[in-house]
Amino acid sequence: MKWARMAALGFLVLVSAACLLADYVAPASYAQQFRDALDAAPSRQHPLGTDDLGRDRLSRLLYGTRVSLLLAPAAALLSSLLAALIGGTAGFVGGWVERCMMAATDLFLSLPWLFLLVTVRALLPLNVSPFTSVVITFALLGCLGWAAAARVICADARTLSSSDFVLLARATGNGSFRLLWRHILPNLKPILYAQFWISIPVFILTEANLGILGLGVAEPLPSWGSLLRELESFSAFSAQPWQFVPLILLVVVVSCFHVGLQKRELSS
Amino acid sequence: MRQRLVRFVLLLSVALTTVIASAQSGGQLRFCLRSEPKTFNPVLVADDASETVRYLTGGVLIRLNRLTQQLEPELATSWKVGDNGRTISFKLRQNVRFSDGTPFSAEDVAYTMDRLMDPGLHSPTGDAFRSGEGKVITQVAGKNQITVTFPAPIVGLDKLFDQVAIMSANSPQKEMAVLGPYYVVENKAGSYLLLKRNPNYWKQDAAGRQLPYIDSIRLDIQQNRDMEMLRLVRGEIDFINSLDAEYYDKLAAEAPNLVYDAGVSLDSEQIWFNQIPTAPLPPYKKAWFTSTNFRRAISESINREDLARVVFRGHARPAVSWVSPANRLWFNSKLPPHPFDQKSALQILAQDGFRMQSGTLHDREGHVVEFSVITNAGNKYRERMATMIQQDLAGIGIRLNVVTLDFPSLIERIARSFDYEACLLGLVNDDLDPNSQMNVWLSSAENHQWNPSQKTPATAWEAEIDALMRAQASTLNMKKRKQAIDRVQEIVWQQEPFIYLVNKNAMSAVSTALHNAHPVVLRPQVYWNIDELTLGTEVAGNR
Repeated sequence: MKWARMAALGFLVLVSAACLLADYVAPASYAQQFRDALDAAPSRQHPLGTDDLGRDRLSRLLYGTRVSLLLAPAAALLSSLLAALIGGTAGFVGGWVERCMMAATDLFLSLPWLFLLVTVRALLPLNVSPFTSVVITFALLGCLGWAAAARVICADARTLSSSDFVLLARATGNGSFRLLWRHILPNLKPILYAQFWISIPVFILTEANLGILGLGVAEPLPSWGSLLRELESFSAFSAQPWQFVPLILLVVVVSCFHVGLQKRELSS
Repeated sequence: MRQRLVRFVLLLSVALTTVIASAQSGGQLRFCLRSEPKTFNPVLVADDASETVRYLTGGVLIRLNRLTQQLEPELATSWKVGDNGRTISFKLRQNVRFSDGTPFSAEDVAYTMDRLMDPGLHSPTGDAFRSGEGKVITQVAGKNQITVTFPAPIVGLDKLFDQVAIMSANSPQKEMAVLGPYYVVENKAGSYLLLKRNPNYWKQDAAGRQLPYIDSIRLDIQQNRDMEMLRLVRGEIDFINSLDAEYYDKLAAEAPNLVYDAGVSLDSEQIWFNQIPTAPLPPYKKAWFTSTNFRRAISESINREDLARVVFRGHARPAVSWVSPANRLWFNSKLPPHPFDQKSALQILAQDGFRMQSGTLHDREGHVVEFSVITNAGNKYRERMATMIQQDLAGIGIRLNVVTLDFPSLIERIARSFDYEACLLGLVNDDLDPNSQMNVWLSSAENHQWNPSQKTPATAWEAEIDALMRAQASTLNMKKRKQAIDRVQEIVWQQEPFIYLVNKNAMSAVSTALHNAHPVVLRPQVYWNIDELTLGTEVAGNR
């Protein structure tokens, strides 16, 4: 399956490059409304047609992909770091510290996070630019998405801290910090990497869900969520197959993230 | 031989009568409700589905003809409003029976008024009759005459009875005994509701045939609008009472002979600025929002024609006033349309010291002009309007941030915390009489959204609106009332506390199998003349 992994990574690189170069590749601004060309079919000027406000779909797809592909990894990094800090500390220290931290984790896991996201978002200041709003949305995702990963990391850290090589290191006079830094963390790397990699598509899909509810990225900035909202009004009566391009891209990109994981990362 | 011939003729006539009778029995009308009715008690109706059932089953004293917008006698053959709107006397129709056979009399009207005004029931319909402190007194003068006296005058009192379905005081079936064209026979929760023709319905057509023509109505609970459209196209339902612009266009592309656009409705979409003195906003923004010049400049920068054309696909009209042009009697036709002129908008802003600096508008003190508008998440039309307004305002250097919030959060901000700058919402209006909007236009009212619950009017023009609204509410003289409402419309046009954007059209879809349907702008658009609708051809008029 190496070829599949390479193909998936190659596709992700290609998509990332296209969205990073959106300023040069996009036929128009993502916000510009061509009010005389509403819901237009694909043409030379608009290769994927226009949306219901006359905005170029390809441009919105490129910029929307940029938003999702840049900020989802950032949110995944934030949540992985939080998970490493909380789960790692709990697993390594053990005892009542672990019990308290895992109780907090369980509480976090039992929260209806979509409701929590909607509530927290409603409390945020209103007068923020669309870019700030998207950063806030993903930061919220990162801050709320660490709990499941923390449990896995805690279990792994606990196993590691009672393993023979750690006992040997402890017996040879290594202090707690050195044990953590030189022996535990390097061995937690694969699981942290896997958690990070798995979180990216989760956050992409979460933002898409929020966007479909109209609570994602603020207009006029596009994201995959807001682009997928167009499909809400898709109907057999006015079939426009090019409307499915964002959905196909989302599915393929999310799949590529999963295919891109190595076997050992999956097993860890 | 002769006896056989007589028998044959008799049999033939019986058979023919049966055939004619079956031809006249109008089959089953089917349409969809978006949700289950929450109640069958007509005084407790608060949701659309229950309102539909009340309209189809309830008998009323007076009915507003949705086509002519005139009141017509129903169970009351005549009525008289007296004491400047404090009393109303009805002369009732005789020999009328409820669906279960119980006779109808003035006692039932008295009972209904009693239930309607019962403070323990909190009847939403009864709220419109609560004119002041004190009890509502009913005086039954014989079997067919009744006078109802209210503690204070009520403007448009007779029109309010269009919503009052008369309940039986004596029937063991309570609210299930009705005087309307249909009665409920089956309610399968979450699935469907079956209504049957009321055998005791009092109304007859010009030929003396008892109405309604259609035997039964099946109301399927169907939330999915795409499914509803497919079912209409397949012939499984007979109409869709209300369509939005997107679904109208989809259906028009597939089956253009099914769709109706009855024209502009009473509903409006508007945007307003927060002018509340205690709102948690910086003082310079409060100064912008309370400036008439600022509001007018914003209004002139919005391309309403584009909103109607792009967002509503042409199925809306740029709004002029708080009274829709669909309201023929009360709309002030002398008001000109709001112009779309961004140069003029900049000139108006310059009067308040605003100036453009490298494509961005700044106020007198140098603040960048930027504000947010909130609207409810999930309403595509409002989100699209906000996005278009965002681009329009960028044309005069204003940065608009569009924020979509879940509805409870939005209500929290506009009604409790007042932590917002501008809001885009709509008003669904069913009442033709502008007096029903007293709770919006009086400065002391809670729904005076831009600055609610004022102890004294904050501005001279709000004081004038207060005086005019109170004046029109204190007289039954239609000419004086019309003058007052026209003047209020002028003031609102000039001051723009609400920047009215568009009035949406009333659209519906009707199967070719349904006859005598004349969709109108007032609710219920398609079945307002339910007792005249037919599914067969034998009594069909023009469609």
